[in-house]
Amino acid sequence: MAKGVKPRVKVPKSAAAGETVTIKTLISHKMESGQRKDSDGNLIPRSIINRFHVTFNGQEVIDVTIEPAVSTNPYFEFEAVVPEAGEFAFTWYDDDGSVYETSNAVAIA
Amino acid sequence: MDLTRRDALALGASTFALTLLPFRASAAADDAIATFTGGAATSDGGVSLTTPEIAENGNTVPVSVDAPGAVAIAIFAAGNPTPEVVTAKFGPLAGSQALSTRIRLAGTQDVVAVAQMADGSFAKASNTVKVTIGGCGG
Repeated sequence: MAKGVKPRVKVPKSAAAGETVTIKTLISHKMESGQRKDSDGNLIPRSIINRFHVTFNGQEVIDVTIEPAVSTNPYFEFEAVVPEAGEFAFTWYDDDGSVYETSNAVAIA
Repeated sequence: MDLTRRDALALGASTFALTLLPFRASAAADDAIATFTGGAATSDGGVSLTTPEIAENGNTVPVSVDAPGAVAIAIFAAGNPTPEVVTAKFGPLAGSQALSTRIRLAGTQDVVAVAQMADGSFAKASNTVKVTIGGCGG
Protein backbone atom coordinates (compact mmCIF):
# COMPACT_ATOMS: atom_id res chain seq x y z
CA MET A 1 0.00 0.00 0.00
CA ALA A 2 1.28 3.40 -0.95
CA LYS A 3 2.03 5.65 1.98
CA GLY A 4 -0.20 8.46 3.16
CA VAL A 5 -3.22 7.76 0.99
CA LYS A 6 -6.11 9.83 2.25
CA PRO A 7 -9.39 10.20 0.36
CA ARG A 8 -11.34 13.44 0.67
CA VAL A 9 -14.80 13.99 -0.75
CA LYS A 10 -17.13 16.95 -0.73
CA VAL A 11 -20.82 16.03 -0.83
CA PRO A 12 -23.76 18.17 0.34
CA LYS A 13 -25.23 16.94 3.63
CA SER A 14 -28.77 17.22 2.34
CA ALA A 15 -30.56 17.60 -0.96
CA ALA A 16 -34.09 17.73 -2.33
CA ALA A 17 -35.36 14.42 -3.74
CA GLY A 18 -34.32 14.16 -7.37
CA GLU A 19 -31.88 17.04 -7.08
CA THR A 20 -28.59 17.02 -8.99
CA VAL A 21 -25.63 17.65 -6.72
CA THR A 22 -21.98 18.36 -7.53
CA ILE A 23 -19.44 16.05 -5.94
CA LYS A 24 -15.73 16.80 -5.66
CA THR A 25 -13.25 14.12 -4.74
CA LEU A 26 -9.51 14.12 -4.13
CA ILE A 27 -7.26 11.33 -2.95
CA SER A 28 -3.66 11.93 -1.95
CA HIS A 29 -1.52 9.54 -3.98
CA LYS A 30 1.81 10.06 -5.70
CA MET A 31 0.61 8.47 -8.99
CA GLU A 32 4.07 7.34 -10.09
CA SER A 33 3.73 7.23 -13.87
CA GLY A 34 6.41 4.65 -14.67
CA GLN A 35 8.10 7.18 -17.00
CA ARG A 36 10.36 8.89 -14.48
CA LYS A 37 13.92 7.86 -13.66
CA ASP A 38 15.73 8.07 -10.35
CA SER A 39 19.16 9.67 -9.89
CA ASP A 40 20.87 6.46 -11.08
CA GLY A 41 18.91 6.39 -14.33
CA ASN A 42 16.70 3.46 -13.34
CA LEU A 43 13.02 3.63 -14.18
CA ILE A 44 10.82 4.14 -11.13
CA PRO A 45 8.11 1.46 -11.41
CA ARG A 46 4.54 2.53 -12.10
CA SER A 47 2.33 2.86 -9.04
CA ILE A 48 -1.01 4.53 -9.63
CA ILE A 49 -4.67 4.33 -8.79
CA ASN A 50 -6.20 2.69 -11.84
CA ARG A 51 -9.93 2.86 -11.15
CA PHE A 52 -12.39 5.10 -9.34
CA HIS A 53 -15.96 3.98 -8.79
CA VAL A 54 -18.94 5.78 -7.24
CA THR A 55 -22.31 4.30 -6.32
CA PHE A 56 -25.36 5.64 -4.51
CA ASN A 57 -27.32 3.02 -2.54
CA GLY A 58 -25.73 0.40 -4.79
CA GLN A 59 -26.70 2.15 -8.04
CA GLU A 60 -23.92 3.23 -10.31
CA VAL A 61 -23.03 6.91 -10.66
CA ILE A 62 -19.68 6.92 -12.44
CA ASP A 63 -16.87 4.49 -13.16
CA VAL A 64 -13.54 6.02 -14.20
CA THR A 65 -10.59 4.12 -15.64
CA ILE A 66 -7.42 6.00 -14.78
CA GLU A 67 -4.15 5.93 -16.74
CA PRO A 68 -0.72 7.24 -15.64
CA ALA A 69 -1.46 10.59 -17.34
CA VAL A 70 -3.67 11.64 -14.42
CA SER A 71 -1.91 14.04 -12.06
CA THR A 72 -0.61 13.39 -8.56
CA ASN A 73 -3.46 13.48 -6.02
CA PRO A 74 -6.18 12.60 -8.56
CA TYR A 75 -9.08 15.03 -8.46
CA PHE A 76 -12.49 14.41 -9.95
CA GLU A 77 -15.55 16.61 -10.09
CA PHE A 78 -18.88 15.34 -11.42
CA GLU A 79 -22.62 15.51 -10.80
CA ALA A 80 -25.01 12.94 -9.39
CA VAL A 81 -28.76 12.67 -8.90
CA VAL A 82 -30.05 12.05 -5.37
CA PRO A 83 -33.41 10.23 -5.76
CA GLU A 84 -33.81 9.39 -2.06
CA ALA A 85 -31.95 9.55 1.24
CA GLY A 86 -28.94 7.30 1.21
CA GLU A 87 -25.23 6.99 0.98
CA PHE A 88 -22.61 7.65 -1.67
CA ALA A 89 -19.87 5.01 -1.68
CA PHE A 90 -16.53 6.00 -3.20
CA THR A 91 -13.92 3.36 -4.04
CA TRP A 92 -10.39 3.79 -5.41
CA TYR A 93 -8.38 0.78 -6.67
CA ASP A 94 -4.58 0.91 -6.40
CA ASP A 95 -2.14 -0.88 -8.75
CA ASP A 96 -0.81 -2.85 -5.78
CA GLY A 97 -4.25 -4.28 -5.01
CA SER A 98 -5.14 -1.90 -2.19
CA VAL A 99 -8.67 -0.55 -2.13
CA TYR A 100 -9.45 2.81 -0.53
CA GLU A 101 -13.04 3.42 0.47
CA THR A 102 -15.07 6.21 1.94
CA SER A 103 -18.78 6.98 2.09
CA ASN A 104 -21.00 9.99 2.68
CA ALA A 105 -24.64 10.00 3.75
CA VAL A 106 -27.10 12.42 2.16
CA ALA A 107 -30.39 13.33 3.83
CA ILE A 108 -33.48 14.57 2.04
CA ALA A 109 -34.23 18.18 2.96
CA MET B 1 36.03 7.32 -37.65
CA ASP B 2 36.50 10.73 -39.20
CA LEU B 3 33.54 12.94 -38.61
CA THR B 4 33.25 15.38 -41.50
CA ARG B 5 31.34 18.58 -41.27
CA ARG B 6 28.62 17.03 -43.46
CA ASP B 7 28.29 13.99 -41.16
CA ALA B 8 28.09 16.19 -38.11
CA LEU B 9 25.29 18.26 -39.66
CA ALA B 10 23.35 15.17 -40.72
CA LEU B 11 23.71 13.67 -37.26
CA GLY B 12 22.55 16.88 -35.64
CA ALA B 13 19.53 17.15 -37.91
CA SER B 14 18.42 13.55 -37.32
CA THR B 15 18.79 13.90 -33.54
CA PHE B 16 16.71 17.06 -33.68
CA ALA B 17 14.04 15.28 -35.72
CA LEU B 18 14.00 12.40 -33.23
CA THR B 19 13.48 14.68 -30.24
CA LEU B 20 10.62 16.44 -32.00
CA LEU B 21 8.99 13.22 -33.10
CA PRO B 22 7.35 12.04 -29.84
CA PHE B 23 5.31 15.23 -29.49
CA ARG B 24 4.20 15.22 -33.11
CA ALA B 25 3.40 11.56 -33.58
CA SER B 26 -0.32 11.04 -33.28
CA ALA B 27 -0.50 7.52 -34.72
CA ALA B 28 -0.53 6.08 -31.19
CA ALA B 29 -3.35 8.45 -30.24
CA ASP B 30 -5.33 7.50 -33.34
CA ASP B 31 -4.88 3.84 -32.43
CA ALA B 32 -6.03 4.50 -28.87
CA ILE B 33 -9.11 6.38 -30.09
CA ALA B 34 -9.89 3.59 -32.57
CA THR B 35 -9.68 1.08 -29.71
CA PHE B 36 -12.23 3.13 -27.75
CA THR B 37 -14.61 3.66 -30.69
CA GLY B 38 -14.11 0.21 -32.17
CA GLY B 39 -13.09 1.87 -35.43
CA ALA B 40 -16.34 3.81 -35.82
CA ALA B 41 -16.24 7.29 -37.32
CA THR B 42 -16.39 10.25 -34.95
CA SER B 43 -18.35 13.40 -35.67
CA ASP B 44 -17.66 16.89 -34.39
CA GLY B 45 -20.05 18.62 -32.02
CA GLY B 46 -21.93 17.41 -28.98
CA VAL B 47 -18.86 17.39 -26.79
CA SER B 48 -17.44 20.44 -25.09
CA LEU B 49 -13.87 20.21 -23.86
CA THR B 50 -12.48 22.95 -21.64
CA THR B 51 -8.72 23.25 -21.34
CA PRO B 52 -6.39 26.14 -20.59
CA GLU B 53 -4.78 27.71 -23.67
CA ILE B 54 -1.39 27.78 -21.97
CA ALA B 55 -0.44 25.46 -19.11
CA GLU B 56 2.62 26.62 -17.21
CA ASN B 57 3.09 23.28 -15.50
CA GLY B 58 2.43 20.13 -17.49
CA ASN B 59 2.12 18.12 -14.29
CA THR B 60 -1.35 19.41 -13.45
CA VAL B 61 -3.44 20.67 -16.31
CA PRO B 62 -7.12 21.13 -15.40
CA VAL B 63 -9.47 19.74 -18.05
CA SER B 64 -13.21 19.34 -18.06
CA VAL B 65 -15.41 17.66 -20.57
CA ASP B 66 -19.18 17.79 -20.95
CA ALA B 67 -21.15 15.62 -23.35
CA PRO B 68 -24.92 15.65 -22.77
CA GLY B 69 -26.44 12.27 -23.57
CA ALA B 70 -23.17 10.34 -23.52
CA VAL B 71 -22.77 6.95 -21.88
CA ALA B 72 -18.99 7.12 -21.76
CA ILE B 73 -16.30 9.73 -22.29
CA ALA B 74 -12.60 9.14 -22.92
CA ILE B 75 -9.84 11.74 -22.86
CA PHE B 76 -6.65 11.30 -24.88
CA ALA B 77 -3.41 13.30 -24.89
CA ALA B 78 -2.04 12.90 -28.41
CA GLY B 79 1.57 13.73 -27.52
CA ASN B 80 2.01 11.71 -24.33
CA PRO B 81 4.03 8.46 -24.19
CA THR B 82 0.71 6.70 -23.51
CA PRO B 83 -2.16 8.64 -25.08
CA GLU B 84 -4.95 7.31 -22.87
CA VAL B 85 -5.79 9.57 -19.92
CA VAL B 86 -9.15 8.65 -18.44
CA THR B 87 -12.26 6.76 -19.50
CA ALA B 88 -15.44 7.52 -17.59
CA LYS B 89 -18.62 5.45 -17.79
CA PHE B 90 -21.78 7.11 -16.53
CA GLY B 91 -24.37 5.16 -14.58
CA PRO B 92 -28.12 5.79 -14.21
CA LEU B 93 -27.58 8.19 -11.29
CA ALA B 94 -25.07 10.46 -13.02
CA GLY B 95 -26.49 14.00 -12.81
CA SER B 96 -24.80 15.10 -16.01
CA GLN B 97 -22.38 13.53 -18.43
CA ALA B 98 -19.52 15.75 -17.34
CA LEU B 99 -16.22 15.25 -15.58
CA SER B 100 -13.43 17.55 -14.43
CA THR B 101 -9.97 16.35 -13.52
CA ARG B 102 -6.29 17.26 -13.69
CA ILE B 103 -3.93 15.58 -16.12
CA ARG B 104 -0.26 15.42 -17.09
CA LEU B 105 0.93 16.61 -20.49
CA ALA B 106 4.44 15.86 -21.77
CA GLY B 107 4.55 18.97 -23.95
CA THR B 108 2.53 21.22 -26.23
CA GLN B 109 -0.03 18.97 -27.89
CA ASP B 110 -3.66 18.27 -28.69
CA VAL B 111 -6.03 17.00 -26.03
CA VAL B 112 -8.89 14.98 -27.50
CA ALA B 113 -12.18 14.04 -25.86
CA VAL B 114 -14.31 11.32 -27.42
CA ALA B 115 -17.84 10.62 -26.21
CA GLN B 116 -19.88 7.53 -26.87
CA MET B 117 -23.51 8.59 -27.24
CA ALA B 118 -26.50 6.57 -26.11
CA ASP B 119 -27.34 5.66 -29.74
CA GLY B 120 -23.87 4.18 -30.25
CA SER B 121 -22.41 7.06 -32.27
CA PHE B 122 -19.22 8.84 -31.28
CA ALA B 123 -18.47 12.54 -31.04
CA LYS B 124 -15.13 14.22 -30.66
CA ALA B 125 -13.67 17.53 -29.52
CA SER B 126 -10.04 18.58 -29.59
CA ASN B 127 -8.07 21.48 -28.10
CA THR B 128 -4.41 22.43 -28.35
CA VAL B 129 -2.69 23.15 -25.05
CA LYS B 130 0.66 24.94 -24.94
CA VAL B 131 2.81 23.52 -22.17
CA THR B 132 5.72 25.52 -20.76
CA ILE B 133 7.22 22.77 -18.57
CA GLY B 134 6.43 19.17 -19.52
CA GLY B 135 5.03 16.78 -16.96
CA CYS B 136 6.73 13.48 -17.64
CA GLY B 137 9.82 13.71 -15.49
CA GLY B 138 12.84 11.99 -16.96
